[in-house]
Amino acid sequence: MFSRDRWNEIFETISKNRLRTFLSGFTVALGIFIFVILFGFGNGLKNSFQKFFLDDATNTFFLYPGKTSKPYRGFKSNRRIEFKNDDLTDIKENFPFFLEYITPRITRGALVKYKSESNNYTTRAVAPSHQFAEKTIIMEGRYINQRDIQLKKKYVVIGRLVKNDLFGSENPIGKYIDLSNNNYKVIGVFQDDGGDNEERLIYLPYTTRQQLEKSNDKIDRMIVAFKSELGHAGAMTFESKLYTFLKDKHNIAPDDENGIYIRNTADQLKQNQQFASILQLIVTFVGLGTLLAGIIGISNIMVYVVKERTKELGIRKALGATPKSVIGMILHESIFITTLTGFAGLILGVTVLNFFGDRLKDFFILDPYINTGTGIFATFLLILFGAIAGYIPAKRAAKIKPIVALRDE
Amino acid sequence: MIHIQDLHKSYQMGSSSLHVLKGINLQINEGELVAIMGSSGSGKSTLLNILGMLDSGDSGSYTLDNTLIKNLDETKAAKYRNKFLGFVFQSFNLINYKSALENVALPLYYQGFSRKDRLKKALDYLEKVGLKKWATHLPNELSGGQKQRVAIARSLATEPKVLLADEPTGALDSKTSKEVMQLIQNINNEGKTILVVTHETDIANMCKRIVHLKDGVIVEDKKVNQVIL
Repeated sequence: MFSRDRWNEIFETISKNRLRTFLSGFTVALGIFIFVILFGFGNGLKNSFQKFFLDDATNTFFLYPGKTSKPYRGFKSNRRIEFKNDDLTDIKENFPFFLEYITPRITRGALVKYKSESNNYTTRAVAPSHQFAEKTIIMEGRYINQRDIQLKKKYVVIGRLVKNDLFGSENPIGKYIDLSNNNYKVIGVFQDDGGDNEERLIYLPYTTRQQLEKSNDKIDRMIVAFKSELGHAGAMTFESKLYTFLKDKHNIAPDDENGIYIRNTADQLKQNQQFASILQLIVTFVGLGTLLAGIIGISNIMVYVVKERTKELGIRKALGATPKSVIGMILHESIFITTLTGFAGLILGVTVLNFFGDRLKDFFILDPYINTGTGIFATFLLILFGAIAGYIPAKRAAKIKPIVALRDE
Repeated sequence: MIHIQDLHKSYQMGSSSLHVLKGINLQINEGELVAIMGSSGSGKSTLLNILGMLDSGDSGSYTLDNTLIKNLDETKAAKYRNKFLGFVFQSFNLINYKSALENVALPLYYQGFSRKDRLKKALDYLEKVGLKKWATHLPNELSGGQKQRVAIARSLATEPKVLLADEPTGALDSKTSKEVMQLIQNINNEGKTILVVTHETDIANMCKRIVHLKDGVIVEDKKVNQVIL
């Protein structure tokens, strides 16, 4: 079946029927190419989505104080709840099994000056573990550590864009900035994938902030991270236990939803993941559609090719070609062409995708890619359907009596 | 060489059936040059199809070179065609993207000859029909007569027992027709059995025997004085 003679015959046919070869080859190459590009773009869209929405740690709860809406244990309703430092220690002591880390976050605006430059920024007074909650990446220097907390150091870690605004090309590490009329030493510069706003933040130890505000022990809100190995169900258990515990501690009625708010990123994560899987579904759908169009294209071409060759096949049959050899020849030829051009289209598509990289960032397409497996699978699918689409008319042509085929002028 | 006995063939046309061959008896010996004549609808094409194993009869027997041709599947028919028969058609039926030489070599490909052998053999036959010089030309670069000569060379290449020519001069002018018939006579003179289907009397008269078909029966079967070209 795969003798050298057969190959010779096929090469000869291919090289002498350029249009036909070009049509079927081009269809397959184009089909695969478009499939790879679209599928890759879909994946790029997913990448962007992941970067935007799945930036922060996903195993965290945000706890906000609110106002009670019901009287309870002798307290009137409409009472403002405040978190204090002992909330941090209580949670640490009561939930060691669930807790990964906990950090307060006190957010304040501040006018920040350095030399002649000044600007308004948001500051966050936090504990060291806040770095994990926000996935803050240190570019230079270091983040706030436990020692800074204990000694209430006047240290700040500034965002990349804060550094650009105030320092330009100057190295900010060790320099002092004026933050609401107090001098702070810059100990680090960070970047964050969450976007520009996240890089215009200034972090400082929460104890420093408390000392500044008349040495109180209030904290705005808390970020609590659970151990991710607990899974979604474990996180839910933790959430309800934590909620009950804090309500009890702050004398809030168990059915009062307004005293403390709890935002669970695990829930949000689930939503985002659902959205991502819908995106994936759309990508798959687009890919399948393209592939289907390619299959229809190659099928049409194959039907046309066999139709065009009906007479030639009749001649071959009159000269002694068996039906098997006629079908074999057509399939061999079509599979050879589609395989060659299919993989050419695949390689071209992957090359173009790689070329794009992050050039299409503005269109929310980031690092488009396609799994090698998916690409090869799609190519084989087209080859297979090209062969099937060729086989059916070839079989019919091989059955036609040569005399009928020959009279088909 | 060919022995046909009481051959019947009818085609189903919806509810009615069309009786095309109504008991043909024909004996053709080796080395004969036979013209099969008849107007359209006389059954001559059906007879040729059966002789060429492109169709089979309903009843009666067909023996070719002492082989009973019966119940052939497509593969077997292809094998027998390749082994026993050479075809020459009215419309030449050359493969238009293959050179004259490759066209002649094609049936040898299906017989399993190596490329070198079949090209050598094909060239010999092209020489025989006087077209050695044109070996590398494509069919559309040849005249009608040249095309038919290539087709004849192709039909001879497998050294068949019988040559079946279906209106071989139908698409040619009278001068080229004569050239082609002369070639056929020469091949016949070398001992090859040849059947020519034609409706032209002058072409038929260039054969040695004329079988006249009308309405599915042989109405006349006579030896003629061959017009030698």
